[in-house]
Amino acid sequence: MVQLIVFLPLIAAIVAGLGNRALGNVAAKSITTGALFISCALAWPIFFQYLAGTAPAEQILPVMNWIQSGPPDANGSLSVAWALRVDALTAVMLVVVTTVSAVVHLYSWGYMEDDPDQPRFFAYLSLFTFAMLMLVTADNLIQMFFGWEGVGLASYLLIGFWYHKPSANAAAIKAFVVNRVGDFGFSLGIFGTFLLFGTISIPAILQAAPAYAGTTIGFLGMRFDVMTLLCILLFIGAMGKSAQIGLHTWLPDAMEGPTPVSALIHAATMVTAGVFMVCRLSPMFVTSEVAMHVVMYVGAATALFAATVGLVQTDIKRVVAYSTCSQLGYMFFAAGVGAFGASMFHLFTHAFFKALLFLGAGSVIHAMHHEQDMRFYGGLRKHIPITFWAMTVGTLSLTGFWWTAGYFSKDAILEAAYAAGGIGPVAFAAGAFAAALTSFYSWRLAFLTFFGEPRWAGSEHIQHALHDAHGDHHSGDISAEGAGSDPHDAHADHHAAVTGTGGYHPHESPLTILIPLIVLSIGALFAGLTFNGYFVGPQTGEAFWRGSLSFDEHLMHAMHEVPVWVKHAPAVAMITGFVVALWFYVLDKSLPARVATSARGLYAFLLHKWYFDELYDLIFVRPAFALGRLLWKRGDEGTIDRFGPDGVAAMIAGTGAAARRLQSGYVYTYALVMLLGLAGAATWAMAR
Amino acid sequence: MIGLTHYLVVDAILFGMGVLGLIANRKNLIIMLMSIELILLAVNINLVAFSAYLGDLVGQIFAMFVLTVAAGEAAIGLAILVIYFRNRGTIAVDDINQMKG
Repeated sequence: MVQLIVFLPLIAAIVAGLGNRALGNVAAKSITTGALFISCALAWPIFFQYLAGTAPAEQILPVMNWIQSGPPDANGSLSVAWALRVDALTAVMLVVVTTVSAVVHLYSWGYMEDDPDQPRFFAYLSLFTFAMLMLVTADNLIQMFFGWEGVGLASYLLIGFWYHKPSANAAAIKAFVVNRVGDFGFSLGIFGTFLLFGTISIPAILQAAPAYAGTTIGFLGMRFDVMTLLCILLFIGAMGKSAQIGLHTWLPDAMEGPTPVSALIHAATMVTAGVFMVCRLSPMFVTSEVAMHVVMYVGAATALFAATVGLVQTDIKRVVAYSTCSQLGYMFFAAGVGAFGASMFHLFTHAFFKALLFLGAGSVIHAMHHEQDMRFYGGLRKHIPITFWAMTVGTLSLTGFWWTAGYFSKDAILEAAYAAGGIGPVAFAAGAFAAALTSFYSWRLAFLTFFGEPRWAGSEHIQHALHDAHGDHHSGDISAEGAGSDPHDAHADHHAAVTGTGGYHPHESPLTILIPLIVLSIGALFAGLTFNGYFVGPQTGEAFWRGSLSFDEHLMHAMHEVPVWVKHAPAVAMITGFVVALWFYVLDKSLPARVATSARGLYAFLLHKWYFDELYDLIFVRPAFALGRLLWKRGDEGTIDRFGPDGVAAMIAGTGAAARRLQSGYVYTYALVMLLGLAGAATWAMAR
Repeated sequence: MIGLTHYLVVDAILFGMGVLGLIANRKNLIIMLMSIELILLAVNINLVAFSAYLGDLVGQIFAMFVLTVAAGEAAIGLAILVIYFRNRGTIAVDDINQMKG
């Protein structure tokens, strides 16, 4: 059954990918979507078995013997069995991955309707799902790494899906390269783990880990605490995949991909792989206090950082992307304070409400003819009501409105952070402040998009749509662009002032888009209420997880004993953010511009995303380019080529040119040479 | 008395003229052919002179062969020359450099 869940998407991906045009759009879409819905339908019963406590604590389902190096049981031999491991943690991930993937497949029917490469898109989506399922069912680190790289590959392919857009290609490469940095840490971590434990089987490692706490290892000529070193190396991998501060730069750029991809990969599943990995290896992480502190600080810093950047972004998808980054930070600092259950809980609820927000944003973009800039939205509430309500549900859940999914998981995280003591309150403070920022930017998005006056007239995309619709028969894209860009240029300087619909009428998206929104809305509303006890309840949680992650029962108890003000802090933060957003974007609309002008430096700092890209450009990209150019111009062209192939070629050409001058073509020259030669030969013969 | 030396001197003068005609002539291809004939004749005289001097008839027989070959060579050379003139309209040596590299 689990085999079916995991391998159905792979089979569908192969059929749809290789069949491609021969198969046709509808067949390829039906196969992949059907396979995913079957997977999803099979995954939920497993999850329910774990909820009911009837499933075995862990099942290992062998697939095949993968790698066998050296005699078995000998010291230093490596044997890797490819096996599917199912426990409570995996069951949660199975449900998240298959559910979100299934609804995203369905959503893509509507969203990618006009795309010429639909079979390819669906094949990539299914391939991604397979790799992600491989990751979450991994029984050993190598298999996890396989899934890890598999999702990275699928992410690369899907970000660059519209390969004719240079920005999409650049974003795809950036995502891949930044992830390489993290993966380098991860692979070092795996090597180190094998070196220390002699095995890469996860249960064996977790069992042996506590015995190694406090021992040291020589690395780079220094002594390190071995568990700290390994955990931090593995965590660097998690940072790359989960876009934590420092390695987060690829995530906002990844929004170049189609919106369903953003929802599936860059919100609900792939980016949470890092959190999953930390939770999976949680018994290892808890052995090192330093590593836990690093996880917590990085998570808290990311939660805060991404939330501040989200405040000023104008691209609807980028706002949601930074929000994702921020929420991943929450998951990490929850893990860092030892509340792994809360971390997984937030992962679970976040998958629903963030996928919902992304798909809702996609629906808005669909309705607004691929305009993504919120400055050109406004007043969409009445035109796309179902999308509006779905987005509102997502926003409420994200901001932690009472009894929505986000309320339970975010409160659990913040309370756990406070209750953890030690440095926990630092994370609590950062998290509570970030919650206020989250509320502000979420409502800012909602107000700019759905409320106020329409500002569509200034949008280039809308102009396109109007020109096409009005029968100005521009046959090619180029002429249409020419027609559309002129009015845009005219308005570009004072686009804030442009209001009005421009004669455009947005339409509600088709049913294939709306059904996923509704399904996810239900998840975003009730996932917290329903599963709260299982994920973070002190006794019920222990019974649910059954050792699949390091569940701290005392912390979960302490969570309920925190002071009243701590309990209400998230709600206060949420309301504060909402009120400020309301004031800024509904009551006094000139205020944002005035604030931006008065705090110009801060505004620019946030708008440029804390100058991370510029900094990396300065530190890494430019020196790398300079080094490359040096080796290219000086090393390769100047030395190797100059004395190597180019030199030989030039010498031969020179000799040839000189010899050519001898060939005058005049008979008398040849006669003279012949004579001289004869004379020479005769002289030589005589002198001998 | 005219001895071998006199023959050889005439011979050398004829040969030198032939060679100079080949090398120094820039005008006419016919002169070139004639120069070749001159060289061959010089060689012939050489052969005959040594034949008489050494009392060996082989030299004179060889001279006959050379005359035959020279006749054939002249015939072929003139034929080529005629064809060449038809094709290119000139037989000036300076204009014939199609073999230039």
